[in-house]
Amino acid sequence: MTMIGWLQIILFCVVIVAFTKPLGWYMTRVFGGERTFLSPVLRPIEAGIYRVSGVDEKREQHWLTYTVAMLLFHVGGFLVIYGVMRLQAVLPFNPAGQGAVAEDLSFNTAVSFITNTNWQNYGGESTLSYLTQMVGLTHQNFLSAATGIVLAVALIRGFARASARTVGNFWVDVTRCTLYVLLPICIVYTLFLVWQGMPQTLGAYVEATTLEGARQTIAVGPVASQVAIKMLGTNGGGFFNANAAHPFENPTAFSNFVQMLSIFVLGAALTNVFGRMVGNQRQGWAILAVMGLLFVAGVGVCYWAEANGTATMHALGLTGGNMEGKEVRFGIVASSLFAVITTAASCGAVNAMHDSFTALGGMIPLINMQLGEIIVGGVGAGMYGMLLFVILAIFVAGLMVGRTPEYVGKKIEAREVKMAMLAILVLPLMILGWTAVGVVYPAAVASMANAGPHGFTEVLYAFTSGTANNGSAFAGLTGNTFFYNLTLASAMFVGRFFMIVPAMAIAGSLAAKKSIPPSMGTFPTTGGLFVGLVVGVILIMGGLTFFPALALGPIVEHLAMNAGNLF
Amino acid sequence: MLREIRPAIVLLLVLTAITGLAYPLAMTAIAGALFPSQAQGSLIEKDGKVVGSALIGQEFKDDKYFHGRLSATLAPDPNDSSKTVPAPYNAANSGGSNLGPTSKALADRLKEDVDKLKAENPNAAVPVDLVTTSASGLDPDISPEAAQFQVPRVAKARNLPEDTVRQLVASSVQGRMLGLLGEPRVNVLALNLALDRASAK
Repeated sequence: MTMIGWLQIILFCVVIVAFTKPLGWYMTRVFGGERTFLSPVLRPIEAGIYRVSGVDEKREQHWLTYTVAMLLFHVGGFLVIYGVMRLQAVLPFNPAGQGAVAEDLSFNTAVSFITNTNWQNYGGESTLSYLTQMVGLTHQNFLSAATGIVLAVALIRGFARASARTVGNFWVDVTRCTLYVLLPICIVYTLFLVWQGMPQTLGAYVEATTLEGARQTIAVGPVASQVAIKMLGTNGGGFFNANAAHPFENPTAFSNFVQMLSIFVLGAALTNVFGRMVGNQRQGWAILAVMGLLFVAGVGVCYWAEANGTATMHALGLTGGNMEGKEVRFGIVASSLFAVITTAASCGAVNAMHDSFTALGGMIPLINMQLGEIIVGGVGAGMYGMLLFVILAIFVAGLMVGRTPEYVGKKIEAREVKMAMLAILVLPLMILGWTAVGVVYPAAVASMANAGPHGFTEVLYAFTSGTANNGSAFAGLTGNTFFYNLTLASAMFVGRFFMIVPAMAIAGSLAAKKSIPPSMGTFPTTGGLFVGLVVGVILIMGGLTFFPALALGPIVEHLAMNAGNLF
Repeated sequence: MLREIRPAIVLLLVLTAITGLAYPLAMTAIAGALFPSQAQGSLIEKDGKVVGSALIGQEFKDDKYFHGRLSATLAPDPNDSSKTVPAPYNAANSGGSNLGPTSKALADRLKEDVDKLKAENPNAAVPVDLVTTSASGLDPDISPEAAQFQVPRVAKARNLPEDTVRQLVASSVQGRMLGLLGEPRVNVLALNLALDRASAK
């Protein structure tokens, strides 16, 4: 570990915190339906969209209608992606002549993109046409991100409103989120990325003759426009197989830094939106503090482990850390930091191969996802995930003092706690359940690339990443098989929607409640005690659930490595 | 609930057209006008022919060139399309080795390459980036140490004084951005092109 490494980490944190407040202010205005500086340009487009699609922007929806609208929207999105992938061979924008994508792979990819997971069983440049990349993936990157954000906003409205029957209008929220938040940022961001060296072309792959006379086919494409939303919307599905490690998908240290910022920036700003909407920004800062504590701890461990390198490298006298599966322009620190960020949020883009991380370095991404990706988290998903943990923490605090718990003026009662538990239990059910199947079912066992405990970790990582809608992988695992295409799709589906529906039920039930003013007996939720309590609940819940599995994977591998065992 | 069906269909189509077609196509046009070289993939031409991209590594095996990182990229087996064969620096199928810290295959490979490099230059410590595969298999860069390490071999193969080559390496080093972000590095293709020019003089 070096001084300059830590300075990069500190700079990252400072910039994120600096963006939180102004962006939170802007997003609050967008979702409050107020005018913004972009309204003169965008308002006519917005109004036109409502007119053709028959949306009455004044009419708000009950939480059930809101949820059903969201689900209908996803059914449509699924059909678009699946259709385009199956038909890409006969559709335009296919200079590389890619054939139709197989049924199971199309199914897996369609589920993966509507759930904001973006698991890569496909190899971008070797499987997909430009049309699939644009209409299938880029478009769904926008919509799944917008969906995540507006669901979080609906839940926040649940906390903020009193005696209300509605939580907002899904169609209006999605349209405004796409037009006012995601698109403007992406347009500027795309140009920045191209300036840094990212291709943006519809031309065919380039044939080059290398200095030594070999032929090299260089895949290009409309990369930058997709990468912008892939990072900003915490989607993470790569244009190229190697994702953000590919020099075209992340050309410089500068593009890397901005990509890391763009993973966190909207999620962090949502904590401020929460604070503003419930009428006290300190409520938002307290939540960001919980996230920040867990984040910095993870970065410290991961950076330390990767800078240390492996026992094999030490024995050969190699210094400079574990560079297997990392790029020189990023080095150890920017690779470790990226890995922690991408799994703390549900992004899943990678700029280094997590499969080649040290045992403990690779365990941090795993833990981040198993905690439910509530450390900033996926855009929106992180916020509603974190609020579920807050409800539990408040409930625990209420039990300790024997008083009905309340949070930002709302009584937290049996229904909310039940729903929160239901959502949180999805994680162990899908992760541990499918991993257990994956390590005994013969067709699945054959997919492991590494032997020994590392092979187990590959399987655990796959189902963790799928359920948590992350999308990063221990990529040695051969995921493009019938077994993994279907099981991972089920993990992604359940991990997304079985979390969303209970969260929306909570939104509805909270919105209907009366708001009660704080009294002497109210547990203050803006201070250090609250932050500590939430961190504790998260670690105990996550730790107790997943520690046995981690002990069988990365922990045993670390001990084996130090004992000199190889597999 | 039924009245949500029309927005579900129409809004999906409208937003698909905006985000999936209008946005990427408009960005392609604008980026192509503002940054034509980068938008095409930062291609390098020599005598009218494309020799590669400034951002994409390529394979160098000859002693007279600086070598890049190891690459674990694959290509379909020409004899059996269901299998793959190693194809270093395949820029149409990026990827890493994905070998873990306790992998015997990785340990064996590291040992073999370290021994080979020690034989080539016994006077310097073997830089870790010369014996490890990159994440993309297309890493265009090596560390300054890894470039300096190869100077004796390259100088000998080209009959150039070591100092000349060493200076060429030193002038090819790109520092951290603002002195802070990223790592110092040397672009292997750019260095080798400079080397060819220096030898031609």
